Amino acid sequence: MHITREELNKTAEDILSKYDGVTLTAKDRAGIPVQEMPAQDPSVRITNMEEVNEGYTEAQVKAEALRCLQCKNKPCIKGCPVGINIPGFIAKAAEGDFAGANQVIKESSLLPSICGRVCPQESQCQATCTVGKMNKDVNKAVSIGRIERFVADYVRENDCDVAPEIKKASGKRVAIVGSGPSSIAAAADLRKAGHEVVMFEALHKAGGVLVYGIPEFRLPKKLVQHEIDNLKAMGVEINLNYLVGKTRTIETLMSKDGFDAVFVGSGAGLPKFMNIPGENLIGVFSANEYLTRSNLMKAYDEKHSRTPLWESKRVAIFGGGNVAMDAARTAKRLGAENVTIIYRRSEEELPARVEEVGHAKEEGIEFMMLHQPHAIVGDDKGHVTGVKVVTCELGEPDASGRRRPVEIEGTEQVVDFDTVVVSIGNTSNPLIKQTTEGIDVNRRGNFIVNEETLETTVPGVFAGGDIVLGAATVILAMGQGRKAAAAINAYLGDK
Amino acid sequence: MNKIVYKEQLSNDIYKIIIQAPLIAEARKPGQFVILQDGGDFGERIPLTIADADTEKGTITLIIQASGESTMLLTSKEVGDSYDNVLGPLGNPTELDNYGKVLCVGGGVGVAPMYPIAKALHNMGNEVKIIMGARNKDLFVMKDEMRAIADELILITDDGSSGRKGLVTEPLKELCEEWKPDVVFIIGPPIMMKFCALTTKPFGIKSYASLNTIMIDGTGMCGGCRVSIGDDTKFVCVDGPEFDAHKVDWNNMLTRLGTYKGIETEKKQECLCELKQKNEAR
Ligand SMILES: Cc1cc2nc3c(=O)[nH]c(=O)nc-3n(C[C@H](O)[C@H](O)[C@H](O)COP(=O)(O)OP(=O)(O)OC[C@H]3O[C@@H](n4cnc5c(N)ncnc54)[C@H](O)[C@@H]3O)c2cc1C
Ligand SMILES: Cc1cc2nc3c(=O)[nH]c(=O)nc-3n(C[C@H](O)[C@H](O)[C@H](O)COP(=O)(O)OP(=O)(O)OC[C@H]3O[C@@H](n4cnc5c(N)ncnc54)[C@H](O)[C@@H]3O)c2cc1C
Ligand code: SF4
Ligand code: SF4
Ligand code: FES
Repeated sequence: MHITREELNKTAEDILSKYDGVTLTAKDRAGIPVQEMPAQDPSVRITNMEEVNEGYTEAQVKAEALRCLQCKNKPCIKGCPVGINIPGFIAKAAEGDFAGANQVIKESSLLPSICGRVCPQESQCQATCTVGKMNKDVNKAVSIGRIERFVADYVRENDCDVAPEIKKASGKRVAIVGSGPSSIAAAADLRKAGHEVVMFEALHKAGGVLVYGIPEFRLPKKLVQHEIDNLKAMGVEINLNYLVGKTRTIETLMSKDGFDAVFVGSGAGLPKFMNIPGENLIGVFSANEYLTRSNLMKAYDEKHSRTPLWESKRVAIFGGGNVAMDAARTAKRLGAENVTIIYRRSEEELPARVEEVGHAKEEGIEFMMLHQPHAIVGDDKGHVTGVKVVTCELGEPDASGRRRPVEIEGTEQVVDFDTVVVSIGNTSNPLIKQTTEGIDVNRRGNFIVNEETLETTVPGVFAGGDIVLGAATVILAMGQGRKAAAAINAYLGDK
Repeated sequence: MNKIVYKEQLSNDIYKIIIQAPLIAEARKPGQFVILQDGGDFGERIPLTIADADTEKGTITLIIQASGESTMLLTSKEVGDSYDNVLGPLGNPTELDNYGKVLCVGGGVGVAPMYPIAKALHNMGNEVKIIMGARNKDLFVMKDEMRAIADELILITDDGSSGRKGLVTEPLKELCEEWKPDVVFIIGPPIMMKFCALTTKPFGIKSYASLNTIMIDGTGMCGGCRVSIGDDTKFVCVDGPEFDAHKVDWNNMLTRLGTYKGIETEKKQECLCELKQKNEAR
């Protein structure tokens, strides 16, 4: 049964009045039920692109904040890749001082409204939370991300975010390649240090995966635009339609255009395919293409967008990560009758965020676990008609610690589909490597960097985010952007 | 924002449009293209070859055929207007070399992207012969420019309204037999390129075709432009746009191009194929 935001708010208010003026023990706190995230009714939301999660009410934030024990050893902080002072901001939120809570978060993270929404909290900050441990269930940990999201939304909506202080002009110029989370973070920190910062983005809109990949219903584009506008207000120059390596090389930027240092945050924008027969049939898309058409090109708005979409009734999604969930839920919203995730391991091993899997299920996405696609089959017109799959069972754990899927002989069957979205991840785009002499990459094409400074094998050129980590997460990319910015500041100071 | 500084209607639905794009003009080489997006949030991203460039004025020349909604909208803009977004130069430049005898085959609006390639090859001292094909005489573009650089220019139309009557594959075959070019460059409608490739293949003459697949980003991110080349899958925007014409899986490319085509245009294509095949048999 769907529970409305009003009902959830009422529950929270009851909790608050129950404990008003009472001194709570740790057991009391851990015993308070998790405040559920209010969300659009599944039957309604599959007909629109609006954000699924509606966000906590003020009472819910306070009730959820009550659950935090303010642990002395602060294990949650170790789980957050950028080390946000979590008990610190939760304490302020509990008092209703959201502007203060925001300031605590902003000491470590620049994009809380985004990370609060898309971080895989269950494997990061919430994985190490004491309350989760007491309840023997990570999903019953303090909902750190939801509180973080509320705080960030509150200061944006009430216009009480603090404008960053910008140091006096240093006379140094830094170029930023790409405009994803690593680049946004690097640009902000470098600009604060007083450098002239110019960002170069290949697409016609800034934000990286946040605008072209992650769908509107999970991350409203106006939030990303807000962060981009903040950068502009700080004096960062943003050049769109500029493909570094083609429009100009990094070498030219440094020798001719007078950039003293470069940060490369070009991401992992190269789609992987399975290399199975039939992958070039009509109706087979990479998740990047499928999502870009819908998000960046706004093809979901059929009335207005000029970018066409392939009409689908039965969609197969290959893969089990966030990208696969996004593709599946997008397909549903674009009108597919049946959407099936085909994944070769079991549900336990699904790499997607727990919330995403839950939402997908509520929306009627089907899960075909322990199946491996062998081929895509088509008709004489070259259109997809089905997928040949084989059943798997789980064997011994592999290098990643997850149990390896083993195909069971004689189980091959063809299942009917008219569309296939290959969502098995991305690797790094080779363009910068190809056009920049001296950049060394590893076997997977990721840049090799100095672990401390994130400097590449070309002096003055630093890199971070997915181009270094392989396809990772927003918060890791942001953290690397900040780390590289600190190193660039030091590098420019010495120069 | 990229301002339109010149516009000329070359034929019924083909326009020459010169726009301001100084960085692209400086960096571009023959064979490369741009992606143009206009009309706010909802505009489509359209790949177009850079037909010429002027580094001093900082402009590039586009030859656009108004074949669908987006290209019609792009060509309906006037001098003084601007396009929102132009990205480039994209793709790999043509492999220019001293080949000796070079044969260029351009069909329809494909003559435009052929021009900078033929010009560069001519300037390098190659002997350049050019075959230009069109449905009728009104559809020839850049005839004078081509004549100025060609050692021989052969015009051919489907209806015989200018030059020879027939299809480009006919003079192509004759020249392969008699003149024996060292290399052939082919740009035009995919169906024409397919039959040109089939024509040169028995002669074992190295042939390059410039592929015009459906694209979105043009940076290698979406894979929408992928084609089968021999046993490999390649992305036209970053691995191409030129490929060994004998290795291209033309039928797959033709079907993929038709992904968003309505039934009507599909019929038209089938009809075109039939005509070509009839011609082959003849
Ligand atoms: C569909 C999808 C869903 C995801 N969901 C989640 C999630 O729920 N939670 C999470 O934490 N992470 C998620 N991720 C991963 C996360 O989005 C990435 O890890 C993160 O965006 C990486 O940031 P980045 O700064 O390295 O680069 P990106 O965000 O990839 O941005 C790179 C930018 O650089 C531009 N660029 C590339 N080359 C050039 C060049 N040569 N010149 C100029 N510009 C260039 C690109 O156009 C792009 O805009 C998801 C990823 C995808 C694809
Ligand atoms: C690398 C490259 C260079 C190109 N250079 C030029 C150029 O210099 N001048 C020019 O006029 N066009 C060029 N094209 C083709 C041009 O991009 C398409 O004609 C255009 O995208 C059609 O858009 P539309 O929305 O107006 O038409 P649509 O409504 O999308 O389509 C109209 C008709 O054109 C077909 N079509 C759609 N996309 C393409 C395509 N990419 N190639 C061929 N046919 C297509 C459709 O199937 C349909 O029959 C190039 C394409 C590529 C990939
Ligand atoms: S940034 Fe992410 S990991 Fe860190 S506290 Fe916030 S939600 Fe948790
Ligand atoms: S571990 Fe959990 S309970 Fe302890 S301080 Fe962190 S969020 Fe609060
Ligand atoms: S156009 Fe997207 S990869 Fe080539």
